[in-house]
Amino acid sequence: MTRVTVPVAYMPLVDAAPLIVAQEMGFVDAEGIALDLIAAPSWSSVRDMLAFGRVDAAHMLSPVPIAMAMGLGGVATALSAVSVLSVNGNVIGVGKPLEEKLRANGFEFDFADPVKAARALAEVRDRPIIFGVPFPFSMHVELLRYWSAATDLGPDGIVIRTVPPPLMANALAAGDVDAFCVGEPWGSVAVEQGSGALLLPGASIWSFAPEKVLAVRTAWAETEPDLTGRLMRAVWRAGRWLADPNARLAAATLLSRKSYLNVSSELIDRALSGDLVVSSRGEQRSVDGFLLFHEGAANFPWRSQAKWIGQHLADHHRPGDTPSIDAIAKVYRTDLYRMHMEGTGCDLPGASEKVEGAILHATAVASAAGSLTLLPNRFFDARVFDFPVK
Amino acid sequence: MQTSIRIVVVEQDRDRAIAIVDALKDACACDVLVVGDSSGLERKIAAYGPDIVLIDIDNPTRDMLEELTLASGPLERPVAMFVSGNSDGLAAAAIEAGVSACVVDGLAPARIKPVMDTAIARFAMVRQMRNELAETRRALEERKVIDRAKGLLMKAKGIDEDAAYALLRKTAMDRGRRVADVAEALVTAAGLLG
Repeated sequence: MTRVTVPVAYMPLVDAAPLIVAQEMGFVDAEGIALDLIAAPSWSSVRDMLAFGRVDAAHMLSPVPIAMAMGLGGVATALSAVSVLSVNGNVIGVGKPLEEKLRANGFEFDFADPVKAARALAEVRDRPIIFGVPFPFSMHVELLRYWSAATDLGPDGIVIRTVPPPLMANALAAGDVDAFCVGEPWGSVAVEQGSGALLLPGASIWSFAPEKVLAVRTAWAETEPDLTGRLMRAVWRAGRWLADPNARLAAATLLSRKSYLNVSSELIDRALSGDLVVSSRGEQRSVDGFLLFHEGAANFPWRSQAKWIGQHLADHHRPGDTPSIDAIAKVYRTDLYRMHMEGTGCDLPGASEKVEGAILHATAVASAAGSLTLLPNRFFDARVFDFPVK
Repeated sequence: MQTSIRIVVVEQDRDRAIAIVDALKDACACDVLVVGDSSGLERKIAAYGPDIVLIDIDNPTRDMLEELTLASGPLERPVAMFVSGNSDGLAAAAIEAGVSACVVDGLAPARIKPVMDTAIARFAMVRQMRNELAETRRALEERKVIDRAKGLLMKAKGIDEDAAYALLRKTAMDRGRRVADVAEALVTAAGLLG
Protein backbone atom coordinates (compact mmCIF):
# COMPACT_ATOMS: atom_id res chain seq x y z
CA MET A 1 0.00 0.00 0.00
CA THR A 2 1.37 3.41 -0.85
CA ARG A 3 0.76 6.02 1.76
CA VAL A 4 -0.39 9.49 0.93
CA THR A 5 2.17 12.04 2.07
CA VAL A 6 0.76 15.33 3.26
CA PRO A 7 3.19 18.27 3.03
CA VAL A 8 2.96 20.38 6.20
CA ALA A 9 4.75 23.66 6.97
CA TYR A 10 5.78 24.62 10.49
CA MET A 11 7.95 27.10 12.33
CA PRO A 12 10.67 25.44 14.44
CA LEU A 13 9.14 26.22 17.83
CA VAL A 14 8.33 24.13 20.90
CA ASP A 15 4.63 24.39 20.09
CA ALA A 16 5.15 22.66 16.74
CA ALA A 17 5.52 19.54 18.91
CA PRO A 18 2.13 17.96 18.03
CA LEU A 19 3.07 17.81 14.33
CA ILE A 20 6.59 16.58 14.95
CA VAL A 21 5.40 13.98 17.48
CA ALA A 22 2.57 12.87 15.19
CA GLN A 23 5.18 12.07 12.56
CA GLU A 24 7.97 10.66 14.76
CA MET A 25 5.92 8.63 17.25
CA GLY A 26 3.88 6.88 14.59
CA PHE A 27 0.52 8.61 15.06
CA VAL A 28 0.23 9.56 11.39
CA ASP A 29 1.45 6.10 10.46
CA ALA A 30 -1.44 4.59 12.42
CA GLU A 31 -3.81 6.75 10.36
CA GLY A 32 -2.26 5.44 7.16
CA ILE A 33 -0.62 8.69 6.08
CA ALA A 34 2.84 10.27 6.24
CA LEU A 35 3.85 13.90 6.74
CA ASP A 36 6.45 15.82 4.81
CA LEU A 37 7.34 18.37 7.50
CA ILE A 38 8.80 21.54 6.03
CA ALA A 39 10.48 23.98 8.42
CA ALA A 40 9.74 27.54 7.31
CA PRO A 41 11.97 30.60 7.79
CA SER A 42 9.09 33.01 8.51
CA TRP A 43 5.38 33.11 9.29
CA SER A 44 4.63 34.85 6.03
CA SER A 45 6.26 32.02 4.17
CA VAL A 46 4.21 29.45 6.15
CA ARG A 47 1.09 31.34 5.13
CA ASP A 48 2.17 31.76 1.50
CA MET A 49 3.13 28.10 1.16
CA LEU A 50 -0.29 27.10 2.48
CA ALA A 51 -2.25 29.70 0.50
CA PHE A 52 -0.55 28.90 -2.80
CA GLY A 53 -0.65 25.14 -2.40
CA ARG A 54 3.00 24.32 -1.74
CA VAL A 55 1.78 22.56 1.44
CA ASP A 56 -1.67 21.30 2.43
CA ALA A 57 -1.59 22.02 6.16
CA ALA A 58 0.33 24.27 8.51
CA HIS A 59 1.25 25.14 12.08
CA MET A 60 -0.21 28.64 12.20
CA LEU A 61 -0.57 31.58 14.57
CA SER A 62 -4.15 31.50 15.84
CA PRO A 63 -5.11 35.00 14.53
CA VAL A 64 -3.80 34.49 10.97
CA PRO A 65 -6.80 32.62 9.45
CA ILE A 66 -9.09 35.19 11.07
CA ALA A 67 -7.06 38.16 9.83
CA MET A 68 -7.10 36.67 6.33
CA ALA A 69 -10.88 36.25 6.48
CA MET A 70 -11.07 39.95 7.38
CA GLY A 71 -8.93 40.93 4.41
CA LEU A 72 -5.96 41.96 6.56
CA GLY A 73 -2.45 41.25 5.31
CA GLY A 74 -1.32 40.52 1.81
CA VAL A 75 -3.01 37.21 0.96
CA ALA A 76 -6.69 36.39 0.73
CA THR A 77 -7.04 32.60 0.27
CA ALA A 78 -9.75 31.13 2.54
CA LEU A 79 -8.18 29.12 5.36
CA SER A 80 -9.79 26.94 8.02
CA ALA A 81 -8.49 26.39 11.54
CA VAL A 82 -9.52 22.75 12.04
CA SER A 83 -8.13 22.42 15.56
CA VAL A 84 -6.11 24.29 18.16
CA LEU A 85 -2.58 22.85 18.36
CA SER A 86 -1.56 24.57 21.58
CA VAL A 87 -2.79 26.91 24.29
CA ASN A 88 -0.49 29.53 25.90
CA GLY A 89 3.30 29.27 25.75
CA ASN A 90 4.44 32.85 25.04
CA VAL A 91 6.72 34.88 27.24
CA ILE A 92 7.19 38.63 27.59
CA GLY A 93 10.75 39.72 28.28
CA VAL A 94 12.91 42.82 28.52
CA GLY A 95 16.37 43.60 27.19
CA LYS A 96 19.37 44.23 29.46
CA PRO A 97 18.99 48.01 29.85
CA LEU A 98 15.36 47.70 30.99
CA GLU A 99 16.21 44.73 33.19
CA GLU A 100 18.85 46.78 34.98
CA LYS A 101 16.53 49.75 35.45
CA LEU A 102 13.82 47.46 36.84
CA ARG A 103 16.25 45.80 39.24
CA ALA A 104 17.54 49.17 40.41
CA ASN A 105 13.95 49.96 41.40
CA GLY A 106 13.71 46.74 43.38
CA PHE A 107 11.52 44.82 40.92
CA GLU A 108 11.59 41.11 41.76
CA PHE A 109 10.88 39.40 38.42
CA ASP A 110 8.15 37.30 39.99
CA PHE A 111 7.04 36.17 36.49
CA ALA A 112 3.43 36.23 37.68
CA ASP A 113 1.76 39.59 38.23
CA PRO A 114 0.92 41.59 35.03
CA VAL A 115 -0.33 44.62 36.99
CA LYS A 116 2.84 44.92 39.04
CA ALA A 117 5.08 44.31 36.04
CA ALA A 118 3.30 47.02 34.03
CA ARG A 119 3.58 49.49 36.89
CA ALA A 120 7.28 48.77 37.25
CA LEU A 121 7.83 49.26 33.51
CA ALA A 122 5.79 52.47 33.44
CA GLU A 123 7.97 53.86 36.25
CA VAL A 124 11.27 53.31 34.43
CA ARG A 125 10.35 54.34 30.88
CA ASP A 126 11.14 57.75 29.47
CA ARG A 127 9.39 57.07 26.14
CA PRO A 128 7.03 54.37 24.83
CA ILE A 129 8.57 50.93 25.20
CA ILE A 130 9.23 49.19 21.89
CA PHE A 131 8.26 45.50 21.90
CA GLY A 132 9.47 43.09 19.22
CA VAL A 133 6.99 40.39 18.18
CA PRO A 134 7.28 37.65 15.55
CA PHE A 135 4.33 38.68 13.37
CA PRO A 136 1.70 41.45 13.16
CA PHE A 137 -1.16 38.93 13.43
CA SER A 138 -0.35 36.90 16.50
CA MET A 139 -1.50 36.18 20.03
CA HIS A 140 1.76 37.92 21.04
CA VAL A 141 0.44 41.22 19.71
CA GLU A 142 -3.06 40.71 21.13
CA LEU A 143 -1.75 39.91 24.62
CA LEU A 144 0.60 42.91 24.60
CA ARG A 145 -2.16 45.28 23.49
CA TYR A 146 -4.64 43.85 25.99
CA TRP A 147 -2.13 44.06 28.82
CA SER A 148 -0.90 47.58 28.09
CA ALA A 149 -4.43 48.96 27.58
CA ALA A 150 -5.59 47.69 30.99
CA THR A 151 -2.55 48.71 33.06
CA ASP A 152 -0.31 51.65 33.93
CA LEU A 153 1.50 51.13 30.62
CA GLY A 154 -1.48 52.52 28.73
CA PRO A 155 -2.51 51.80 25.12
CA ASP A 156 -0.04 54.40 23.79
CA GLY A 157 2.71 53.46 26.19
CA ILE A 158 4.06 50.70 23.98
CA VAL A 159 5.05 50.38 20.33
CA ILE A 160 4.88 46.98 18.66
CA ARG A 161 7.35 46.11 15.92
CA THR A 162 7.84 42.90 13.95
CA VAL A 163 11.23 41.28 14.54
CA PRO A 164 11.89 37.63 13.62
CA PRO A 165 12.91 35.88 16.87
CA PRO A 166 16.29 34.71 15.51
CA LEU A 167 17.15 38.40 15.00
CA MET A 168 15.74 39.57 18.35
CA ALA A 169 19.11 39.51 20.15
CA ASN A 170 20.58 41.78 17.45
CA ALA A 171 17.57 44.08 17.54
CA LEU A 172 17.90 44.38 21.34
CA ALA A 173 21.62 45.10 21.05
CA ALA A 174 21.04 47.70 18.32
CA GLY A 175 18.35 49.40 20.39
CA ASP A 176 15.70 48.73 17.70
CA VAL A 177 13.54 47.14 20.42
CA ASP A 178 13.55 47.40 24.24
CA ALA A 179 11.51 44.31 25.02
CA PHE A 180 9.86 41.35 23.31
CA CYS A 181 7.05 38.85 23.32
CA VAL A 182 7.98 35.50 21.75
CA GLY A 183 7.18 31.80 21.86
CA GLU A 184 9.55 29.22 23.28
CA PRO A 185 12.38 28.37 22.88
CA TRP A 186 13.16 31.99 21.99
CA GLY A 187 12.52 33.44 25.46
CA SER A 188 14.83 30.89 27.04
CA VAL A 189 17.37 31.44 24.27
CA ALA A 190 17.38 35.18 25.09
CA VAL A 191 18.03 34.33 28.76
CA GLU A 192 20.81 31.90 27.86
CA GLN A 193 22.45 34.43 25.53
CA GLY A 194 22.30 37.01 28.30
CA SER A 195 20.36 39.41 26.09
CA GLY A 196 17.37 39.74 28.39
CA ALA A 197 15.19 38.60 31.28
CA LEU A 198 11.67 37.18 31.28
CA LEU A 199 8.98 39.37 32.79
CA LEU A 200 5.70 37.47 32.37
CA PRO A 201 4.31 34.29 30.86
CA GLY A 202 1.52 34.88 28.33
CA ALA A 203 -0.72 32.75 30.57
CA SER A 204 -0.58 35.44 33.28
CA ILE A 205 -2.51 37.78 30.97
CA TRP A 206 -5.01 35.26 29.56
CA SER A 207 -4.87 31.88 31.25
CA PHE A 208 -6.28 29.96 28.29
CA ALA A 209 -5.23 31.72 25.09
CA PRO A 210 -5.34 29.74 21.82
CA GLU A 211 -1.80 30.06 20.49
CA LYS A 212 -1.32 27.96 17.35
CA VAL A 213 -3.88 26.24 15.15
CA LEU A 214 -3.77 23.48 12.59
CA ALA A 215 -4.69 25.35 9.42
CA VAL A 216 -5.65 24.02 5.98
CA ARG A 217 -7.06 25.62 2.86
CA THR A 218 -10.84 25.57 3.21
CA ALA A 219 -11.07 24.17 -0.32
CA TRP A 220 -8.66 21.35 0.59
CA ALA A 221 -10.69 20.36 3.66
CA GLU A 222 -13.70 20.09 1.35
CA THR A 223 -12.06 18.09 -1.44
CA GLU A 224 -9.95 15.90 0.90
CA PRO A 225 -12.23 15.18 3.88
CA ASP A 226 -10.62 11.79 4.45
CA LEU A 227 -7.06 13.15 4.61
CA THR A 228 -8.21 16.08 6.74
CA GLY A 229 -9.73 13.67 9.25
CA ARG A 230 -6.67 11.41 9.37
CA LEU A 231 -4.37 14.37 9.90
CA MET A 232 -6.57 15.86 12.64
CA ARG A 233 -6.85 12.59 14.55
CA ALA A 234 -3.12 11.86 14.36
CA VAL A 235 -2.29 15.36 15.62
CA TRP A 236 -4.85 15.10 18.41
CA ARG A 237 -3.32 11.80 19.60
CA ALA A 238 0.11 13.41 19.50
CA GLY A 239 -1.20 16.19 21.76
CA ARG A 240 -2.60 13.62 24.19
CA TRP A 241 0.76 11.86 24.24
CA LEU A 242 2.54 15.15 24.92
CA ALA A 243 0.26 15.80 27.91
CA ASP A 244 1.68 12.75 29.70
CA PRO A 245 4.48 13.95 32.03
CA ASN A 246 6.33 10.70 31.33
CA ALA A 247 6.67 11.70 27.69
CA ARG A 248 8.50 14.94 28.45
CA LEU A 249 12.03 13.65 28.24
CA ALA A 250 11.39 11.85 24.97
CA ALA A 251 9.56 14.87 23.54
CA ALA A 252 12.33 17.29 24.50
CA THR A 253 14.97 14.99 23.01
CA LEU A 254 12.99 14.58 19.80
CA LEU A 255 12.38 18.31 19.34
CA SER A 256 16.00 19.17 20.07
CA ARG A 257 17.19 17.28 16.98
CA LYS A 258 19.10 19.25 14.45
CA SER A 259 16.43 18.67 11.80
CA TYR A 260 13.78 20.23 14.08
CA LEU A 261 14.59 22.95 16.64
CA ASN A 262 18.34 22.41 16.95
CA VAL A 263 18.55 23.75 20.51
CA SER A 264 19.42 21.77 23.65
CA SER A 265 16.71 19.50 25.05
CA GLU A 266 17.19 21.12 28.46
CA LEU A 267 16.04 24.44 27.02
CA ILE A 268 13.02 22.82 25.41
CA ASP A 269 12.12 21.03 28.63
CA ARG A 270 11.70 24.38 30.37
CA ALA A 271 8.68 25.17 28.21
CA LEU A 272 7.28 21.64 28.40
CA SER A 273 7.54 21.57 32.20
CA GLY A 274 6.64 25.21 32.85
CA ASP A 275 9.76 25.56 35.01
CA LEU A 276 11.50 28.53 33.46
CA VAL A 277 14.78 30.24 34.16
CA VAL A 278 13.87 33.92 33.92
CA SER A 279 17.24 35.66 34.01
CA SER A 280 20.93 35.07 33.60
CA ARG A 281 21.13 35.09 37.42
CA GLY A 282 19.47 31.68 37.24
CA GLU A 283 16.22 32.67 38.98
CA GLN A 284 13.64 29.90 38.44
CA ARG A 285 9.87 30.33 38.26
CA SER A 286 7.17 27.70 37.83
CA VAL A 287 4.01 28.37 35.85
CA ASP A 288 0.87 26.22 35.87
CA GLY A 289 -0.51 25.70 32.38
CA PHE A 290 2.46 27.43 30.78
CA LEU A 291 1.91 25.52 27.53
CA LEU A 292 -0.95 23.07 26.93
CA PHE A 293 -1.32 20.55 24.11
CA HIS A 294 -4.34 18.59 25.31
CA GLU A 295 -5.79 19.30 28.76
CA GLY A 296 -9.10 21.07 29.20
CA ALA A 297 -10.29 20.45 25.61
CA ALA A 298 -7.30 22.52 24.46
CA ASN A 299 -7.71 21.35 20.87
CA PHE A 300 -11.35 22.34 20.40
CA PRO A 301 -11.46 25.38 18.06
CA TRP A 302 -13.98 27.39 20.07
CA ARG A 303 -15.92 29.93 18.01
CA SER A 304 -15.75 32.27 20.98
CA GLN A 305 -11.94 32.24 20.79
CA ALA A 306 -12.19 33.24 17.13
CA LYS A 307 -14.64 36.00 18.03
CA TRP A 308 -12.35 37.34 20.72
CA ILE A 309 -9.49 37.51 18.25
CA GLY A 310 -11.69 38.90 15.46
CA GLN A 311 -13.11 41.61 17.71
CA HIS A 312 -9.66 42.73 18.85
CA LEU A 313 -8.25 42.70 15.30
CA ALA A 314 -11.23 44.75 14.12
CA ASP A 315 -10.95 47.24 16.98
CA HIS A 316 -7.33 47.89 16.09
CA HIS A 317 -7.22 47.69 12.30
CA ARG A 318 -10.77 48.69 11.38
CA PRO A 319 -11.88 51.14 14.03
CA GLY A 320 -15.43 52.35 13.43
CA ASP A 321 -16.10 49.51 11.04
CA THR A 322 -18.25 46.69 12.40
CA PRO A 323 -17.47 43.54 10.45
CA SER A 324 -19.64 40.49 10.92
CA ILE A 325 -17.72 38.76 13.68
CA ASP A 326 -20.13 35.81 13.47
CA ALA A 327 -19.24 35.14 9.84
CA ILE A 328 -15.51 35.59 10.41
CA ALA A 329 -15.50 33.26 13.42
CA LYS A 330 -16.62 30.42 11.16
CA VAL A 331 -13.02 29.91 10.05
CA TYR A 332 -12.65 28.08 13.39
CA ARG A 333 -14.19 24.83 12.21
CA THR A 334 -16.07 23.32 15.13
CA ASP A 335 -18.16 21.47 12.53
CA LEU A 336 -15.16 19.67 11.04
CA TYR A 337 -13.76 19.00 14.49
CA ARG A 338 -16.97 17.33 15.62
CA MET A 339 -17.23 15.34 12.40
CA HIS A 340 -13.65 14.08 12.23
CA MET A 341 -12.98 13.43 15.92
CA GLU A 342 -15.92 11.06 16.20
CA GLY A 343 -14.82 7.70 17.61
CA THR A 344 -11.36 8.78 18.80
CA GLY A 345 -12.24 8.98 22.47
CA CYS A 346 -11.95 12.76 22.24
CA ASP A 347 -14.78 14.11 24.36
CA LEU A 348 -16.69 16.88 22.60
CA PRO A 349 -18.23 19.83 24.43
CA GLY A 350 -21.99 20.31 24.13
CA ALA A 351 -21.58 23.93 23.03
CA SER A 352 -19.28 25.49 20.42
CA GLU A 353 -18.90 28.77 22.28
CA LYS A 354 -18.12 29.72 25.84
CA VAL A 355 -17.89 32.96 27.72
CA GLU A 356 -14.17 33.73 27.43
CA GLY A 357 -12.66 34.78 30.73
CA ALA A 358 -15.46 33.37 32.89
CA ILE A 359 -13.95 30.15 34.25
CA LEU A 360 -12.19 30.79 37.55
CA HIS A 361 -11.60 27.17 38.57
CA ALA A 362 -11.42 23.89 36.65
CA THR A 363 -15.05 23.15 35.84
CA ALA A 364 -16.87 20.08 34.53
CA VAL A 365 -19.08 20.95 31.54
CA ALA A 366 -21.73 19.25 29.42
CA SER A 367 -20.10 17.00 26.84
CA ALA A 368 -20.80 13.99 24.63
CA ALA A 369 -19.10 11.49 26.96
CA GLY A 370 -19.63 13.42 30.18
CA SER A 371 -15.97 13.53 31.08
CA LEU A 372 -14.96 17.02 30.04
CA THR A 373 -13.35 19.48 32.42
CA LEU A 374 -12.45 22.97 31.30
CA LEU A 375 -9.40 24.62 32.86
CA PRO A 376 -9.36 28.12 34.33
CA ASN A 377 -9.99 30.68 31.60
CA ARG A 378 -9.59 34.19 32.91
CA PHE A 379 -8.06 37.50 32.05
CA PHE A 380 -5.78 39.17 34.59
CA ASP A 381 -8.19 42.11 34.88
CA ALA A 382 -11.20 39.79 35.35
CA ARG A 383 -12.99 40.97 32.21
CA VAL A 384 -15.35 38.51 30.55
CA PHE A 385 -16.21 38.33 26.86
CA ASP A 386 -19.68 37.14 25.97
CA PHE A 387 -20.42 37.28 22.25
CA PRO A 388 -24.16 36.91 21.67
CA VAL A 389 -25.07 34.95 18.53
CA LYS A 390 -26.86 37.34 16.22
CA MET B 1 7.07 56.98 -21.92
CA GLN B 2 6.32 55.13 -18.74
CA THR B 3 8.18 56.13 -15.64
CA SER B 4 10.65 53.52 -14.50
CA ILE B 5 9.47 51.05 -11.93
CA ARG B 6 10.89 51.38 -8.40
CA ILE B 7 12.16 48.16 -6.92
CA VAL B 8 13.66 47.30 -3.55
CA VAL B 9 15.76 44.14 -3.29
CA VAL B 10 16.32 42.86 0.26
CA GLU B 11 19.54 40.86 0.09
CA GLN B 12 22.52 40.67 2.43
CA ASP B 13 24.96 39.00 0.06
CA ARG B 14 26.55 41.80 -1.99
CA ASP B 15 27.51 39.74 -5.03
CA ARG B 16 24.09 38.17 -5.23
CA ALA B 17 22.44 41.58 -4.89
CA ILE B 18 24.52 42.98 -7.76
CA ALA B 19 23.62 40.03 -9.98
CA ILE B 20 19.92 40.54 -9.28
CA VAL B 21 20.11 44.28 -9.93
CA ASP B 22 21.95 43.74 -13.25
CA ALA B 23 19.37 41.20 -14.39
CA LEU B 24 16.49 43.51 -13.46
CA LYS B 25 18.05 46.49 -15.29
CA ASP B 26 18.44 44.37 -18.41
CA ALA B 27 14.80 43.28 -18.25
CA CYS B 28 13.02 46.57 -17.69
CA ALA B 29 13.34 50.26 -16.99
CA CYS B 30 13.76 50.37 -13.25
CA ASP B 31 15.37 52.08 -10.28
CA VAL B 32 16.63 49.57 -7.76
CA LEU B 33 17.53 50.02 -4.10
CA VAL B 34 19.35 47.20 -2.32
CA VAL B 35 18.80 46.88 1.45
CA GLY B 36 21.21 44.58 3.18
CA ASP B 37 20.78 45.31 6.85
CA SER B 38 17.56 44.20 8.57
CA SER B 39 17.72 46.98 11.14
CA GLY B 40 14.87 49.42 10.50
CA LEU B 41 13.97 47.55 7.32
CA GLU B 42 10.35 48.69 7.03
CA ARG B 43 11.27 52.33 7.53
CA LYS B 44 13.97 52.22 4.86
CA ILE B 45 11.57 50.60 2.43
CA ALA B 46 8.71 52.96 3.21
CA ALA B 47 11.03 55.94 2.74
CA TYR B 48 12.02 54.77 -0.75
CA GLY B 49 8.39 54.22 -1.78
CA PRO B 50 8.90 51.24 -4.08
CA ASP B 51 6.40 49.66 -6.45
CA ILE B 52 7.77 46.19 -5.81
CA VAL B 53 9.83 44.66 -3.02
CA LEU B 54 11.72 41.44 -3.74
CA ILE B 55 13.04 39.23 -0.96
CA ASP B 56 14.44 35.73 -0.68
CA ILE B 57 11.77 33.44 0.77
CA ASP B 58 14.33 31.92 3.13
CA ASN B 59 15.05 35.32 4.65
CA PRO B 60 13.31 35.55 8.04
CA THR B 61 13.06 39.34 7.72
CA ARG B 62 10.22 38.67 5.28
CA ASP B 63 7.91 38.91 8.31
CA MET B 64 8.99 42.51 8.89
CA LEU B 65 7.60 43.40 5.46
CA GLU B 66 4.19 42.19 6.54
CA GLU B 67 3.79 45.50 8.36
CA LEU B 68 3.86 47.23 4.99
CA THR B 69 0.53 45.57 4.17
CA LEU B 70 -0.96 47.45 7.09
CA ALA B 71 0.13 50.88 5.92
CA SER B 72 -2.68 53.21 6.81
CA GLY B 73 -1.25 56.72 6.81
CA PRO B 74 -2.34 59.13 4.05
CA LEU B 75 1.03 59.07 2.28
CA GLU B 76 1.57 55.36 2.65
CA ARG B 77 0.57 52.99 -0.09
CA PRO B 78 -0.82 49.59 0.77
CA VAL B 79 1.32 46.71 -0.34
CA ALA B 80 -0.07 43.32 -1.22
CA MET B 81 1.73 40.02 -1.20
CA PHE B 82 2.39 39.47 -4.86
CA VAL B 83 -0.78 38.98 -6.87
CA SER B 84 -2.93 36.86 -4.66
CA GLY B 85 -5.68 36.85 -7.26
CA ASN B 86 -5.20 36.37 -11.01
CA SER B 87 -1.56 35.65 -11.54
CA ASP B 88 -1.24 32.89 -14.14
CA GLY B 89 0.55 30.75 -11.58
CA LEU B 90 3.24 33.43 -11.16
CA ALA B 91 2.83 33.38 -7.38
CA ALA B 92 3.24 29.61 -7.20
CA ALA B 93 6.26 29.81 -9.52
CA ALA B 94 7.76 32.53 -7.33
CA ILE B 95 7.36 30.40 -4.20
CA GLU B 96 8.89 27.42 -5.97
CA ALA B 97 11.84 29.58 -7.01
CA GLY B 98 12.25 30.98 -3.52
CA VAL B 99 11.34 34.62 -4.01
CA SER B 100 8.66 36.66 -2.30
CA ALA B 101 7.43 39.86 -3.81
CA CYS B 102 5.38 42.61 -2.30
CA VAL B 103 3.61 44.68 -4.92
CA VAL B 104 1.95 48.02 -4.42
CA ASP B 105 -1.78 47.80 -4.99
CA GLY B 106 -2.92 48.74 -8.45
CA LEU B 107 0.34 48.21 -10.35
CA ALA B 108 -0.52 46.90 -13.83
CA PRO B 109 0.15 43.17 -14.34
CA ALA B 110 1.94 43.94 -17.62
CA ARG B 111 4.53 45.91 -15.66
CA ILE B 112 4.90 43.28 -12.95
CA LYS B 113 5.49 40.33 -15.23
CA PRO B 114 8.96 41.14 -16.66
CA VAL B 115 10.22 41.97 -13.16
CA MET B 116 8.85 38.75 -11.74
CA ASP B 117 10.04 36.58 -14.62
CA THR B 118 13.55 37.92 -14.12
CA ALA B 119 13.42 37.60 -10.34
CA ILE B 120 12.08 34.06 -10.55
CA ALA B 121 14.84 32.97 -12.94
CA ARG B 122 17.54 34.60 -10.83
CA PHE B 123 16.33 33.31 -7.47
CA ALA B 124 15.75 29.81 -8.86
CA MET B 125 19.41 29.71 -9.85
CA VAL B 126 20.53 30.83 -6.40
CA ARG B 127 18.25 28.32 -4.74
CA GLN B 128 19.56 25.47 -6.85
CA MET B 129 23.15 26.31 -5.94
CA ARG B 130 22.22 26.56 -2.28
CA ASN B 131 20.38 23.24 -2.37
CA GLU B 132 23.37 21.53 -3.90
CA LEU B 133 25.63 22.94 -1.21
CA ALA B 134 23.21 21.93 1.57
CA GLU B 135 22.93 18.46 0.06
CA THR B 136 26.70 18.03 0.06
CA ARG B 137 26.92 19.24 3.66
CA ARG B 138 24.13 16.94 4.75
CA ALA B 139 25.74 13.94 3.08
CA LEU B 140 28.99 14.69 4.90
CA GLU B 141 27.17 15.12 8.19
CA GLU B 142 25.32 11.85 7.72
CA ARG B 143 28.54 10.01 6.93
CA LYS B 144 29.93 11.20 10.26
CA VAL B 145 26.86 10.03 12.21
CA ILE B 146 26.89 6.65 10.46
CA ASP B 147 30.57 6.25 11.31
CA ARG B 148 29.86 7.01 14.97
CA ALA B 149 26.95 4.55 15.01
CA LYS B 150 29.15 1.89 13.44
CA GLY B 151 31.76 2.54 16.12
CA LEU B 152 29.17 2.17 18.88
CA LEU B 153 27.93 -1.12 17.45
CA MET B 154 31.44 -2.48 16.97
CA LYS B 155 32.27 -1.73 20.58
CA ALA B 156 28.97 -2.93 22.07
CA LYS B 157 28.65 -6.13 20.07
CA GLY B 158 32.28 -6.91 19.33
CA ILE B 159 31.68 -7.04 15.58
CA ASP B 160 33.72 -5.67 12.69
CA GLU B 161 32.91 -2.60 10.63
CA ASP B 162 31.23 -4.41 7.75
CA ALA B 163 28.99 -6.36 10.13
CA ALA B 164 28.10 -3.15 11.97
CA TYR B 165 27.10 -1.45 8.74
CA ALA B 166 25.13 -4.51 7.63
CA LEU B 167 23.25 -4.44 10.94
CA LEU B 168 22.42 -0.74 10.51
CA ARG B 169 21.25 -1.33 6.97
CA LYS B 170 19.12 -4.32 7.89
CA THR B 171 17.48 -2.42 10.77
CA ALA B 172 16.78 0.50 8.45
CA MET B 173 15.20 -1.78 5.85
CA ASP B 174 13.09 -3.62 8.44
CA ARG B 175 11.81 -0.33 9.84
CA GLY B 176 11.36 1.34 6.48
CA ARG B 177 13.74 4.15 7.51
CA ARG B 178 16.94 5.60 6.17
CA VAL B 179 20.28 4.25 7.42
CA ALA B 180 21.23 7.78 8.51
CA ASP B 181 18.06 8.08 10.61
CA VAL B 182 18.68 4.76 12.35
CA ALA B 183 22.28 5.81 12.99
CA GLU B 184 21.18 9.14 14.43
CA ALA B 185 18.64 7.43 16.72
CA LEU B 186 21.35 5.07 17.94
CA VAL B 187 23.84 7.85 18.60
CA THR B 188 21.18 9.87 20.44
CA ALA B 189 20.14 6.88 22.54
CA ALA B 190 23.75 6.06 23.35
CA GLY B 191 24.25 9.66 24.42
CA LEU B 192 21.26 9.42 26.75
CA LEU B 193 22.30 6.11 28.29
CA GLY B 194 26.00 6.86 28.48
